[in-house]
Amino acid sequence: MRVNFKVNGRQQEADDVWEGESLLYVLRERLGLPGSKNACEQGECGSCTVRLDGVPVCSCLVAAGQVEGRDIVTVEGLADFARQRSESGCASGACGTSLQDAQDWQAKGTDSQTGEGTELSAIQQAFIDAGAVQCGFCTPGLLVAADEMLERNPNPSDADIREALSGNLCRCTGYEKIMDAVRLAAARQSEAV
Amino acid sequence: MDFLRPASWEEALAAKAEHPTAVPIAGGTDVMVEINFDHRRPEYLLDLNRIGDLSEWEVGEASVRLGASVPYTKIMENLRAELPGLALASHTVASPQIRNRGGVGGNLGTASPAGDAHPALLAAGAEVEVESVRGTRRIPIDAFYTGVKRNALAADELIRAVHVKKADGPQQFSKVGTRNAMVIAVCAFGLALHPETRTVRTGIGSAAPTPVRAKTAEEFLNAALEEGGFWDNGQIITPSVAKQFADLCSAACNPIDDVRGTASYRRHAVGVMARRTLTWTWESYRGDRRTIEGAA
Repeated sequence: MRVNFKVNGRQQEADDVWEGESLLYVLRERLGLPGSKNACEQGECGSCTVRLDGVPVCSCLVAAGQVEGRDIVTVEGLADFARQRSESGCASGACGTSLQDAQDWQAKGTDSQTGEGTELSAIQQAFIDAGAVQCGFCTPGLLVAADEMLERNPNPSDADIREALSGNLCRCTGYEKIMDAVRLAAARQSEAV
Repeated sequence: MDFLRPASWEEALAAKAEHPTAVPIAGGTDVMVEINFDHRRPEYLLDLNRIGDLSEWEVGEASVRLGASVPYTKIMENLRAELPGLALASHTVASPQIRNRGGVGGNLGTASPAGDAHPALLAAGAEVEVESVRGTRRIPIDAFYTGVKRNALAADELIRAVHVKKADGPQQFSKVGTRNAMVIAVCAFGLALHPETRTVRTGIGSAAPTPVRAKTAEEFLNAALEEGGFWDNGQIITPSVAKQFADLCSAACNPIDDVRGTASYRRHAVGVMARRTLTWTWESYRGDRRTIEGAA
């Protein structure tokens, strides 16, 4: 079957989708967006977290057919999504992340400094600055989940952060640095206002 | 496999009548796991996400009509006052991502003895509204669970809503697991005080082939509270009464040994949770009584 839906602000179309396929599979294998990670396939690990009409969900547990006509944000579009949010809307009229840009997206700049030269969201920059990335597999899911929490709750307590990220597992067990990163992003966010 | 996408409830009922083997999918948090792991290859998937009515709730005079697909997150955020037991249980479901998708309809459809909503529904008192092209009926929650992962639904029926009695007293929910998130209950316990009828209701999860009430324990406690005038005098429940209640709750279990825990551990833990939830709710009842009397 064919599925039409919005990914990172742009209309996309996935063809030859099997009816039992997950949104995660469509994103990774049909649209070439491997940012959302495939690990447990049962909603335990949160590595595949995306926003579905703004709500964080495990994309491995959403059937592809269920996203027809709906709006998805993946980690590849997070920087643009966060920028639009801070500008409260799409000022330039040319927002969203194209499939090509999303496929090519990487947190690697023009020189050796990770992230430099690439547009990053505040939470992505904070993860880099706090050293919250070890093997990196859980990072995309954490970024999407943490970004959504900061949107709802700009001044989270440690308990709020733990609760919001309780569905994201890190097997390197780098949770302390992840906590640091979210605190850092929150602090920078409140300073900017 | 065919993916059926009814745009309305009537279309969904027609589709289910035509294809009784169709598997309904709403949040997908149970169904997609089975498909991802190749445990299930249904001929038809019946997507209920486009039926907006299923994600809505209405607070009525005596009960809340909770749409089958209302996500747990919404229950936690919006129905804490009306359905405190279910709101507490909802908060223990998996993780934020899962609570954003899963709802009570799915818990009832899967009818796993470990479903977190069941003890709360049993304790509060609820009816499941199911419908087919043949008509609507309401199944009392006590008659809904018929076996391990079996329920009273006919092949052509779909769960539309659950009607849960609004709390008329304190309610509690307790669950045993290895951590606070992403836990399938080793066992769980729900307790609701109903001061209006001077009764106590319970619900036990994950400690029998189906979710069950501890009816003998309820009868004992109802009689003991009545006899001692506890509802009126608001005194602390006698430890021997609480102990007897806990023992009877343990006795209501019919658990198995499995990877999550042994039968004897479950029996023991249910007793501990019964005593604790009774203490918590009773203390809260006594506090409320004092406040009311103090104000009057």
